[in-house]
Amino acid sequence: MKTAADVFTIVAMLGGLFFFVAGTLGLLRFPDTYTRLHALTKADNLGLGMVVVGLLPQAGHLVVALKLIVVWLLVMLTSSDVSQLIARAARRQEKES
Amino acid sequence: MADVLIADVLIAVCALVLLMVAVGLLSVLRGPTRADRMMAAQLFGTGGIAALLLVGTASGVDSVVDVALTLAVLAAFASVAFVKADRQSEGDTANEEGT
Repeated sequence: MKTAADVFTIVAMLGGLFFFVAGTLGLLRFPDTYTRLHALTKADNLGLGMVVVGLLPQAGHLVVALKLIVVWLLVMLTSSDVSQLIARAARRQEKES
Repeated sequence: MADVLIADVLIAVCALVLLMVAVGLLSVLRGPTRADRMMAAQLFGTGGIAALLLVGTASGVDSVVDVALTLAVLAAFASVAFVKADRQSEGDTANEEGT
């Protein structure tokens, strides 16, 4: 039972790492601001989500597990808003020049 | 507290996530637009939260999760402040052009 939870954690961590690497690569390699924003905001949040899912079986308390989920929900909510705001700012700057 | 093997795995994952954040911070230097630089700050927020959660679970210190919650809120405020300052400076130039 314990081993199954550990294997689940490791698999989820590997998935999360993959998406963090993908987000960083996208931020550095994609050709324009909007595609970079797209890579960063989606891939990174999925990476954080998989890390949180992997941590859930390792959390000692139910309260701690719930808090982990709250952190993830908060990050998803804020980053979706912020990505819209940053895209709008980038568009304004584009019009300026 | 997580047992020793899984704690080591969590710390290793944490180190790799921080490495990715550090590489991503290169785009603060590269730009080319202000929005790109702000995106690196956004990446720092997300990666920092992940690293905090990993360290907190690996060491069994539950209150680190609260720190991660605070960082999530602060990262959002930082981006909102950037967009607001950006808009304000543009509003100023528009006014100057108008007069």
